[in-house]
Amino acid sequence: MATIDDRNADTLGSAAGHGHDEGSYLTPRGGLITTIWDWATTVDHKKIGVMYLAAVLMMFFFGGVAALAVRTELFSPVREVPGEGITGQWLGSFLGNPDASIAENNNLYNRAFTLHGAIMVFMVIIPSVPAALGNFFLPIMIGAKDVAFPRLNLLSWYIYVTGSIFGIMSILMGGVDTGWTFYTPYSTTTDADQMRVVYMVLAAFILGFSSILTGLNFVVTTHKLRAPGMGWFDMPLFVWAVYATSILQVLATPVIGITLLLLVFERLFRVGIFDPGLGGDPVLFQHFFWFYSHPVVYVMILPGMAVINEIIPVHSHKKIFGYRSMAFASLGIAAVSFLVWGHHMFTSTGELAATVFSALTFLVAVPTAVKVFNWLGTLYKGSISMTPPMVYALMFLFLFTIGGLTGLPLATLSTDMHLHDSYFVVAHFHYVMMGGTIIAFIGGLHHWWPKMFGRMYNERAAIVFALVQFVGFNVTFFTQFILGTRGMPRRYASYVDEFQTLHQISTFGSYILAIGFTGSLAVFVHSLLAGKKAPQNPWGGLTLEWHVESPPSTHNFHKEPIVHHGPYDFDTILPPGWDPKDYPVPNAHEQAEAYAKAQHSHVGSSHH
Amino acid sequence: MTTVPIRETESHATATGAVPWHKYKAAHHFRNKEEEFDGVKLGMWLFLATEVLLFSGLFCAYAVFRILHPEAFTNGSSYLDWRWGGLNTVVLLVSSYTMAASIRNVQLQQFARAKFNLLFTMACGLAFLCIKFLFEYTPKWSGWFFVLDPALSHHEDSGKRALGGLFHFVEGYGGKRPGEWFDYPFSTDNYEHLWWSVYYSATGIHATHVIIGMGLIAWVYLRVRKGMYGPTHYTGVEMAGLYWHLVDLIWIFLFPLLYLIH
Ligand code: HEM
Ligand SMILES: [Cu+2]
Repeated sequence: MATIDDRNADTLGSAAGHGHDEGSYLTPRGGLITTIWDWATTVDHKKIGVMYLAAVLMMFFFGGVAALAVRTELFSPVREVPGEGITGQWLGSFLGNPDASIAENNNLYNRAFTLHGAIMVFMVIIPSVPAALGNFFLPIMIGAKDVAFPRLNLLSWYIYVTGSIFGIMSILMGGVDTGWTFYTPYSTTTDADQMRVVYMVLAAFILGFSSILTGLNFVVTTHKLRAPGMGWFDMPLFVWAVYATSILQVLATPVIGITLLLLVFERLFRVGIFDPGLGGDPVLFQHFFWFYSHPVVYVMILPGMAVINEIIPVHSHKKIFGYRSMAFASLGIAAVSFLVWGHHMFTSTGELAATVFSALTFLVAVPTAVKVFNWLGTLYKGSISMTPPMVYALMFLFLFTIGGLTGLPLATLSTDMHLHDSYFVVAHFHYVMMGGTIIAFIGGLHHWWPKMFGRMYNERAAIVFALVQFVGFNVTFFTQFILGTRGMPRRYASYVDEFQTLHQISTFGSYILAIGFTGSLAVFVHSLLAGKKAPQNPWGGLTLEWHVESPPSTHNFHKEPIVHHGPYDFDTILPPGWDPKDYPVPNAHEQAEAYAKAQHSHVGSSHH
Repeated sequence: MTTVPIRETESHATATGAVPWHKYKAAHHFRNKEEEFDGVKLGMWLFLATEVLLFSGLFCAYAVFRILHPEAFTNGSSYLDWRWGGLNTVVLLVSSYTMAASIRNVQLQQFARAKFNLLFTMACGLAFLCIKFLFEYTPKWSGWFFVLDPALSHHEDSGKRALGGLFHFVEGYGGKRPGEWFDYPFSTDNYEHLWWSVYYSATGIHATHVIIGMGLIAWVYLRVRKGMYGPTHYTGVEMAGLYWHLVDLIWIFLFPLLYLIH
């Protein structure tokens, strides 16, 4: 790790008063039209990050509405009376058929959960942290002016939007009922007369392309654009985890690309590669699909971990525990994730293969646990500030641990035979994807919001809504573990009466969640409209983004940074823009003195 | 952390006019053009890796179906003429050579030769596509043979003509189509349509790559004409070259797997 260096008056942080002509990246350079054009054609990674953020939040809203439709349908076990099903009434009236029969209602229900799953996976979680927060912060954190290929970056955003439009078109044409997994033969036989499946599959294909380009861009950026003095092991762990994610995106996505392309050929030209009716092999589709989609669950969780890697040390003002093991755990997870796809197919592969896949799956738990223990080790004896980001990080630890641990009974062959395709699986992946990635994403937004938009927000309200989300989440999904172990299968619009109470509790939970998210949104909107101006370094972070103004200037840095300290050296360095007496660490004064001394003895000895 | 003054860069990547090669600096976020070149090259190699993985899915499907239905594959393959495939292999290999030569030419400021070699490479791409569509796809798909096709002499001419005699129809030859569209009357294996599915998907996706590669080379050609590449800056030519070699390489694998199996 690099040595400590100064906080002299010339550092970037105090650059605000330097009289440079370039202002914040948010300063409009003209009228409304000019500004819109400016954003639409920008190659600034920060603006592109903000554009991703806006797009992702919009899709999160649509996906959320679909989820509420699904939960509302499940409030009652509708089985007999036509027109009774809620999805039938909601979606039905939307599509011009309010008195849906039971079969139609079930059909609409299938579309609602497919819509929910496909949007949340492909359009929300995958781009959330890497494309929105990663775009904004990865270059700044390594001291670069931009990503390696800025125009390609803008292109990825447009490709993402195009993909989303394809998805929305498919929905407006009536939606798809295959589930987000597009298993054949559902995806080759349903809606035979229409192109909806083709549009939805093409949407996923196009979104995958966007994801590949973003990943490629980040890999090259990390390799080539690090500031002088920043070796691989001086990088913030956020960068490490996003780097590992990018490698997964680049290596796994092409396989889903060809799979989806063949699926499109299947629909358009009836080539029969996956269609048992034509002698094709539907299990081959499952292999192809999961070869991508298991690594992709790590494309989803690693960035969540990346955010937590930053929040925990900064808000407990303590050096991260086990830096190197964190970096290697990210790479380890990425590597092992290519070997375990078969655990989604225990019921459709041979016994020997299933056994091997089961054993390999347990391996994944090892680097994952290393990370969790390292976070706990960082918290231990830290000076924890209970800020909103910290609250989200603690929620993450709690929820992600439950999600990870419930993966183990699923990885065990004998128990999975019972739990497969049940609500237990649904609860498992919501604990990891929503309790993990989405919560980390929102936590990261709270962490970096002041930096991105230059405004503080109401911290108390933010914490209240975080807790509402926590309660809502557990009420919604913990019940689903119980439902699953009792035999409730996933993807059905109706169920036997004895499940009703649990389903109703779960549905209430989803409403609480909706209130929590709406509240967070209100906190952010309020911040934009009336928030206090944010200081350069509200939480006391050490990574490079806290060395620049809030919000950063167009070129991020006024001078090229040279890195002399590690990203988490809270024990030896005072964060930039901090007064020792404001610093929550008890011995900040002594630190400052020791620091000044070290500084003194350096005078004369030339080092940068 | 200390800082050094931000470096000055003149030629931004976003500059609109064509920057002559000897004036080219680097995009403003790179330290210099060597680093930019390395970065772009790394990006290109990663992209090529994704292409290889994309095709690896197809090779996997090929392996699975060949293991499941070996007869269908050897049977289906016997309708392919290795001479057309071989000729196309030669065409692509030659084009890979001229592509590589054009990079060398640009580095040595032999711009006339560079332009010739780039055009020649594109012409080879076009020749590849013509052979594929006129002599391979069309007759197998529909039974219509191009008038210059030497294979015509081996078949009984039905006398039907199209496009002013450019195409001759041969009865009972077409119908070797993928999946559900397969209706070749003399097939001997129930799964032969799967062979054609794999054949058309693999070669079709490859042909699309040939077209994209030609587009890239055309773009590079225009930039060479504008004097944007030279001994100290030839990134685009080199990248187009890498892409073209990949297209060639994939064909080198497809050719034996499709044409030379018994
Ligand atoms: C300790 C780590 C984990 C283990 C051992 C594990 C294991 C499993 C297993 C065995 C299944 C298949 C269950 C079945 O279908 O019968 C499964 C499903 C799933 N897991 Fe995990 N998992 C882990 C972590 C994660 C993470 C981190 C994510 C995502 C962020 C994730 C997302 C999913 C999803 C989306 C499914 C269900 C896919 C579907 O069928 O729709 N898992 N997990
Ligand atoms: Cu998995």
